[in-house]
Amino acid sequence: MSRLKVRFAALKARRRRALIPFFTAGDPDLATSLKLMHEAVAQGADLIELGVPFSDPSADGPVVQAASERALANGVRLCDVIDLVRQFRTSDEDTPVVLMGYLNPIEAMGYAEFASAATAAGVDAVIVVDLPVEEAPDLQQVLDAVDVDMVFLVAPTTTPKRMQAIVEHARGCLYYVSLKGVTGASHLDTSDVERRLAALRSLCDLPLVVGFGIRDAATAEAIGRCSDGVVVGSAIVQSVAELSQGASNLQVTQCLGPVMAPLRAALDHL
Amino acid sequence: MSSHRQADARLESFPDARGHFGRYGGRFVAETLMHALEELEATYLQVRDDSAFWSEFDRDLAHYVGRPSPLYFAERLTQELGGPKIYLKREDLNHTGAHKINNTIGQALLASRMGKRRVIAETGAGQHGVATATVAARLGLECQVYMGSEDVERQALNVYRMKLLGAQVIPVRSGSRTLKDAMNEALRDWATNVDDTYYIIGTVAGPHPYPMLVRDFQSIIGRETQSQCQEQIGRMPDALVACVGGGSNAIGLFHPFLNHTDVALYGVEAGGDGVATGRHAAPLCAGRSGVLHGNRTYLMEDDDGQIVETHSVSAGLDYPGVGPELAWLKDTGRATYVSVTDEEALSAFRDLTRIEGIMPALESSHAVAYLRQLAPQMERDQVVVVNLSGRGDKDIHTVAKIDGIALA
Repeated sequence: MSRLKVRFAALKARRRRALIPFFTAGDPDLATSLKLMHEAVAQGADLIELGVPFSDPSADGPVVQAASERALANGVRLCDVIDLVRQFRTSDEDTPVVLMGYLNPIEAMGYAEFASAATAAGVDAVIVVDLPVEEAPDLQQVLDAVDVDMVFLVAPTTTPKRMQAIVEHARGCLYYVSLKGVTGASHLDTSDVERRLAALRSLCDLPLVVGFGIRDAATAEAIGRCSDGVVVGSAIVQSVAELSQGASNLQVTQCLGPVMAPLRAALDHL
Repeated sequence: MSSHRQADARLESFPDARGHFGRYGGRFVAETLMHALEELEATYLQVRDDSAFWSEFDRDLAHYVGRPSPLYFAERLTQELGGPKIYLKREDLNHTGAHKINNTIGQALLASRMGKRRVIAETGAGQHGVATATVAARLGLECQVYMGSEDVERQALNVYRMKLLGAQVIPVRSGSRTLKDAMNEALRDWATNVDDTYYIIGTVAGPHPYPMLVRDFQSIIGRETQSQCQEQIGRMPDALVACVGGGSNAIGLFHPFLNHTDVALYGVEAGGDGVATGRHAAPLCAGRSGVLHGNRTYLMEDDDGQIVETHSVSAGLDYPGVGPELAWLKDTGRATYVSVTDEEALSAFRDLTRIEGIMPALESSHAVAYLRQLAPQMERDQVVVVNLSGRGDKDIHTVAKIDGIALA
């Protein structure tokens, strides 16, 4: 059974909502990213989403764009991100790691090489933002072969017909994009999210996690109420960015507690 | 021979139902935009067979744009180069000064049909931005144009033109601050405002159905060229030459000729400082296949799939990708792609201005420049048509600066 499945089953048994922090790998540097991943688990993360830097992140807002630019300025490559997961796995066998990025770096590496490197390093799932279900079969086939889950996005604009097609291809969990816009936006409509998630629930049994626009305890609680987990990205990336300016690594990892603790508490309160 | 013709028929009928030109094209965008693209495709497939739509389009092209644009025999340039007869397709004489308006007229009609009251666009040199602002002004649509902050500085004249036309120009300060980043930002805007906004893409790139519909709107260039060649020389030309950035003027000229396999097609990319230096914008000559801005195509990228910065004296060619149909025409061998350097393009700019009294855009100057290499390979009784895709007024500051002359 995949790490993702085991983790979601355990969460369900404990009626616990997943808290999923997002970091851009290599921001501010790879060594700090590794510390941040472990610290996130200590602060109550159930899964970790790791952003793969890309030069043209057209679905990301300014905060994640800037993080991607910093990582690229550090020379961080897709193979470095995979190696980061390998290092993380040497002391954490259980926490699922999901890579999130854009297709072109994977194309450049080659699908087969990417799949084998990712699975060998202990990557559990992959989200490719600009790879909709219609174009996904080639990559999904090689990921399926190595038991790496391809996680698809569902958006507020997704029609029932598309939802059906996505559900048929979905592996691991579904990632619901909570708003029309880019990561880090601030116009979240929680009642709309609730309606859409109910529609998804009627189509499949997969865990539903929600991301884009969740930044504090209040939004986490509202979304946590109707989902199986929340992804918090820009809020975390922003605080990492603020603290990493001239700070030591120790201080950077210490920044996670103040951001994550209220979210964890809000979710556990449900 | 019949199998040959069948292969040709396939050339013109592409893309396939999912927007693929061979292995290129497709629809690689975030899920949020997928429905909007499906809607656009459905609307376009409807109007494609709607003669009322096309008569409105043709009427606008005739009375607003000033079409047909002339096909002009450049006699002195022909003498100067001593090779084939050179004809210029004068897209520079269109309203707003370039071929870009053919596409924005068509897409603005589509936007109106879809009930969208707000249009957005990306622009590099500013020509597509101006063409979009122009049709938005005419139809009373709200218009925002994304432009890399580097380009905002380089193309101050066009920025002011867009403002006069009532558009808002938004400088994009992320990434390399040029055209590709403007396109990223336009995609972000579209994802956020997808319900009421129409995204007018300026070239034959982007997710399906854009490469198809922009090509269809621009194909007026090639269709006119065919009938003008019949009138003036009584036959098809032997070769066509066009500059290639995103590729809309090139595919517009080439597409109606795809089945005429005895007409050679030459696409001229921006060689910048020379392809060997790495400082260029020639993905077809020196790039490789990848995925960016919604389509699979040839790209300028590093070994890790990161898009690299491009270089060209011409802002309109300064783009790391190219339309998927042009990529496919490379692989099928139907088109030949070459490059000329900044320096060669600048010489051609000066030559055409002095010899013919026609000042070409720096983009189009690349196509003119290639004639120096092509002419010696052709016979005197042959005919080559060059797409003069835009006029050079917008580039006078750039050329003056290179000459060390400070204009007020």
